[in-house]
Formats: sequence, C-alpha cells, structure tokens
Amino acid sequence: MTEIVQPDAAQAHDAHAHHADHGEQSFWSKYVFPTDHKMIAMQYMFTGMAMALIGGFMVYAFRMQLAFPGIEVPMYGMVTAAKYNALVTNHGTIMIFWVAMPVLIAAFGNFLIPLMIGCDDMVFPRVNRLSYQIFLLSAVVLVASFFVEGGGFGGGWTAYPPLSAKAEYSLTGLGSSLWLVAVALEFVAFLLGGINFVTTAMNARAPGMKMFDIPIVVWMIVIASILFMASVGPLIAGAVMLFMDQNIGTAFFDPDKGGDPILWQHLFWFFGHPEVYVVLLPAMGISAEIICTFARKQLFAYRTFLYTTFGTGVLSFTVWAHHQFIAGIDPRMAHIFTITTLLISIPIAEMIFIYIATLYGGSIRLTTPMLWALAFVAEFMIGGVTGIFLGASGADIYFHDTYFVLAHFHYTFFPIAIIGAFAGFTFWFPKMFGKMMNETLGKIHFWGTIIPFNCIFIPLFVLGAAGQHRRVYSYENFPDLAIPHFQDMRVFATIALLIMLGFQLVFFYNCFISWRKKEMDAGNNPWRSTTLEWVAESPPPHGNFTELPHCYRGPYEYGNPDREEDYFPQNLPA
Amino acid sequence: MRPIANTRSAAGIPTGRLAIWWVVGSEIVIFGGLLASYVLHRLGNPEWAGYAAHTNVWLGGTNTFVLLTSSLSAVLAHKAAEEGDGKKAAKLLYFTCLGAAAFVCIKGYEWTTEIKAGFTITSNTFWSFYYTAAGLHALHVIAGGIIMLIVAESAKRNEELHRVEVIGIYWHFVDIVWIFLFPLLYIAK
Repeated sequence: MTEIVQPDAAQAHDAHAHHADHGEQSFWSKYVFPTDHKMIAMQYMFTGMAMALIGGFMVYAFRMQLAFPGIEVPMYGMVTAAKYNALVTNHGTIMIFWVAMPVLIAAFGNFLIPLMIGCDDMVFPRVNRLSYQIFLLSAVVLVASFFVEGGGFGGGWTAYPPLSAKAEYSLTGLGSSLWLVAVALEFVAFLLGGINFVTTAMNARAPGMKMFDIPIVVWMIVIASILFMASVGPLIAGAVMLFMDQNIGTAFFDPDKGGDPILWQHLFWFFGHPEVYVVLLPAMGISAEIICTFARKQLFAYRTFLYTTFGTGVLSFTVWAHHQFIAGIDPRMAHIFTITTLLISIPIAEMIFIYIATLYGGSIRLTTPMLWALAFVAEFMIGGVTGIFLGASGADIYFHDTYFVLAHFHYTFFPIAIIGAFAGFTFWFPKMFGKMMNETLGKIHFWGTIIPFNCIFIPLFVLGAAGQHRRVYSYENFPDLAIPHFQDMRVFATIALLIMLGFQLVFFYNCFISWRKKEMDAGNNPWRSTTLEWVAESPPPHGNFTELPHCYRGPYEYGNPDREEDYFPQNLPA
Repeated sequence: MRPIANTRSAAGIPTGRLAIWWVVGSEIVIFGGLLASYVLHRLGNPEWAGYAAHTNVWLGGTNTFVLLTSSLSAVLAHKAAEEGDGKKAAKLLYFTCLGAAAFVCIKGYEWTTEIKAGFTITSNTFWSFYYTAAGLHALHVIAGGIIMLIVAESAKRNEELHRVEVIGIYWHFVDIVWIFLFPLLYIAK
C-alpha cells in the first residue's frame, strides 16, 4: 500500500487537483465552522486573547488586594481569602492552558505550518475544526466554573490532592470538578491538534523540501507537539483518577484507603515540566525567524539548533521531580534531579548563544517584531539563570513556595506567552491581514510593556528572597512580612502592573486602526523574508497559493552579495 | 473536500497510517501512566495480591482469547482490503465487531459478579485501579467497535479501503493493552 510520491509526480498531481477544491464558502462554513487552517488559527488566536483579558483582569484584582489589603477593588469588589485562591488558581490555569497553548502552538501552528511548508491546508482539516471546537468547549466549561456554587476552584493551578480531591477541604466541590474537566478537554483538543501538526509537517511538505529545509519555527512547533503528546498521557490518566476521587469516592490519592497524594505530583509534573518546553519551543522558533530576517543573516548553526532542541526534549522528561524537593522525596533522588536540571540549562544556553552569533555582524533593523524577539531572548535568560537556584535541591528548600519561584516562573512564561506571542503577531500581522501595523504605536506598546514587566517582577525576586510565601491573600497577619518596606515593594509592583495593563490598550488600538485601514499596504513580502509563506498573497486566499510552490533551498539564505535583493526565497530555482 | 495536503506523502508513509501511529503513541503514554502508577503501588503494597486473588482468571482468559481472535479477523480484513475485495473485508470487520461485543458482554458479567460479591470501585485502591484501567480499556473497545462498523460500511461499497488497515492498527493496540492488563490485574500474585 505504500506509495512514495515522487516530487515531479506530486507537482503534476498538485497542479491538476488544485483549483477545483477551494470554491466560495458561505458565512457559516467560512467563519463559524471553518476547515481552513488560517481561519481556525484566527479562532484560536482570538479565543486566546479573550482568555488573556480574563486572566489579566484576575491578576489586576488580586494584585490590588496584595498592595492595598482589604480595599474594595474597583470593578471587582472585595477579594476575600476564598476569592483570592480562586483568582490565583485560575489566573495560572488560564494563562498557561488557555493563552500560551492556544496562541503559541495552536494559532501560530495552524497559521504557519501549511503556509511555510507550501501546501494548501492541514492534512486533516475536519479534525482540526474538531480540535478547536473541543478547545472552545473547554474554555466555556472553565469560565462556567467561576459561577457555580462555592465559586471557582482555589487549590492552586497544580491541583495537589488531598486539597483538590475532597470538597470538604476545598469547599468548591463543583468548581474543582469543572476545572478538572476543562483541563482534560483542553488536553484532548491539543492532542488532536498535535497529531495533525506532526502528520502535516511530515507528509505534506512542498516537493523538494527536505528535512533541513524546514523553517525552524515549524520544527519547533512539531517538536513541541511531540513533547506534549509524550508527556500529557499520564496527566490525562491522572485527571481521570482525580475526577473519580472527587465524584465517585475512589481512593487513588486518598491515604485513608491506601492511595498516595504524591502520585498526583509525579503525574502532574511529569507533564508539567515538559510543558514548559512545549510552550518555550514555539516562542524560540518565532524569535529565530524574526532575528534571521531582521539581522539579514543565515541562522547560525541551523542543525546544531535542532540537535540542541532534541537534547532539550529528551532531557525535559528527566527533570520533573525538581518541583518536589520538599514533598518528601528521597534526598538521593533529589541529587539526581538536581543534576539533570542543571544539565538542561546547557542546551538552552546554547540556543541563546546561537541567537547572539546570528546577530553578530548582521545588518540589524530594530523593527517592532525584532524588538520583541530580542526582548524575548534577554528576558528569558533572566528566567533561565534564576532557575539554576531553584534546580539546586539545597537552595530550593529555602526558596520553595516563595515569591522567588513566582518571579522566576514569570520571567520564563511572560517572555514565552506574552513577548513571544507579540513578536509573532506583529511579524505575521501583514501576512494575516495584508496590512502593516503602525510602527510608532508598536514601539510605544513594546516599551510600555517591557519596562513595567521588569518593575513588577524584580521586586518580587527581592520579596521572595526575603521569605515572602506564595498563596497568602494578606500579609497583615505576618509581622515580619507586613513591614512598610515590603509593603512599598508590593505597591510598586502593583502600580507597574496597572501601567502595563494600561499600555495594552495601545496594542488593541494599533490592531484596530491597522485592520481598518483601506489600502492593503503589506504586499506579499514586506519584510523581504525567505520562507514560503511570504510567497503567498497577503492575506492568503482559501487554498493559500495560486500555484503550490516548489522548494529549492534552505530557509535562511540572507545577506547574499551575489544578488541585488540580498536574499533567496525558498521557491527560487537554483 | 480533501485538501492536496492530504494526498501528499513526503515521508513515504500514507497519511492515515502515519497519523494512527501518532494516535497509538499518545494512547500508549496514557495507559503507560496509569499502569506505571498501578505497578508502583502494587510493588509497595504486597497485600494487593490478596485482593487480586478475587478476580476471575477464567473469564479474563476467555476475554483474552476473544480479543486475540478478533485481531486475527482484523488482519484478514486488511489482507482482503489490499486485494481490493471490500465485501470480504467488511464481513471480516463485522466478525471483529462481534468479538468486541462479546468482550464487553463478558466484561459486564464479570463486573456484575464482582460488584455483587462486594468488590466495588471504592473498596480500596486496588479495586479503584482495577475498574479504572479495565474500564478505560473497555471504552476503547467500544469506540473501536463503533468506528469499525463505520469503516466496514464504506468498505462494503469498496470505498476508502485504506481505512481498513488504519482501524486494524488501532485494534491491535487495544488488543496489546489488554495483553498488559490481564497479567497485571488478574494473574500477578
């Protein structure tokens, strides 16, 4: 049954099959139940943005409570202890599972993979549509969980039992079950999406596109999907087990009947740590594309970059228990996980060096996407370096569950989920909508986000090192932590947050006026980039290419003095 | 409407077969997580062997035989589909579905006797694992049976014959999961 399609035969077949398939569509099949990968990407993107607004509103409410304990928060009201717990839990859950995942993997993966490998759609468009529908359902279930009796789940985004397993402990019986169902549904959605991404990138590449001609960002999204598939299974099983513990009374995590609560921690972090790389890798890939384009240089060591990624992927499965150093695991075991955790910083550092080497000697243009990409590299590095403290089991005993962990985490995830997403969005906006964004507004938004971001989290490092614990809704009852000096830092961080949230209006205004512009001023290739998506029209029509491209060369042939244009698009015959 | 992407085969493997292997891969991790949790618990609790002694090895063994037989007809269906004989493939797939139905019926009878004897999912952690693992597997058997009926329906008309192989790969996976579950839950003492 195996039939290897020869490139020439595929080309002839493609040309023959093309125009028939992509006719006019009705409103419903175009916007509401689309199978077109670009429209599904937009659905993921805008659902992710909407969820980011909800997650951002939550952080506003609980940061106000921390800075000004006991005040009536404008537009929210009193933040009681139970509400505070529900807010921080769902802020974390939303930002990771309903913002970072859908925007970085699903939206960019859907939009970019078929365009960059030069084909007309995903291999399974209807599975793709189903994946989004399940994702949307999961978001609805999660939002519904805030409004049931007892309120939203407040047991922390890691949902450790026994707190999460018993309603008499968490006091949010229905809320915690809905939370769990939403997370499980979301995993199913991304499993379906991931299978589609991997199969598409493996099988549907343009004729002539070899393994090492695939743009880095496609590689990264594919590797991230594989990491997700390989790590999420135990947590799906764990979610089923926890759900039954909550609702049927089974005894998986209940020590009374012979269960083990630590088991959940293993299942959770066996997924949870690779998950960091699942969202990191697409952001890494986006930055690589942008840095190459705006440094006008070939990516330094394309293959080494890939091999380090493979190394990171493998190592990422061996580090999970560094989240459990104080959970009572054997100290000898903790040594092993310390070593693997420190080891995994090596390939990541290597990737950062590859970016720097790519920049070196390039003719750098500091456009808005480039600023975001550079900021991603710089800020993520701070997150990486502070991770070393926490990976070392001795130091972690002190730092565990303090704001140091929280600040470290946000220095990794904010660059990934927010900076990386803005980098990709501003870079591919011309391709998505056929119009350029306003550069001045883009730069105002950039600085208005980056400066307050650092002002929020640097004080939190200091507070954490001073011993301030997480998940405390008011420090007034802790005399050592309630001193004015610390309270000033909390107020400072909260004000910085308000400034940062305010500057996001600039972004939405910029999107809106750019989208409303009459003239389509982007052209096919505004950034003079090499990869195949820039060959298509902006925005690409249903079916993407008027004639499906053939790939003749690697993805980053920039800065070539032999050519007036200084770059070779991938579809230019040799 | 099938996109051109679906007809390409840059990796040299038909798209359907490639995708089902990824499905199987992610399923292996789901069952792997569940079974690894069970095995670690089991190693830490030698007294679970006493609970496991209450399972019905004969019914479990019969079910193993039923599933293996149904896998054989799935293989024969694939062979028939490769030869282009959709009618024969459909008949063999119906036979496999019959195996799935028999499996679920035997399982239902087995669970009824156990629940009547007082071993329920909430009795203790062993029984929680027993019903959860076997139940998750049974859901896969039911889902596979339903999909197989749909595939057989189109195979009967000699359409989409490549799907016979794809559902066959999935069915073997369901079979192999049982091959792991049976000794772990029933036999290990």
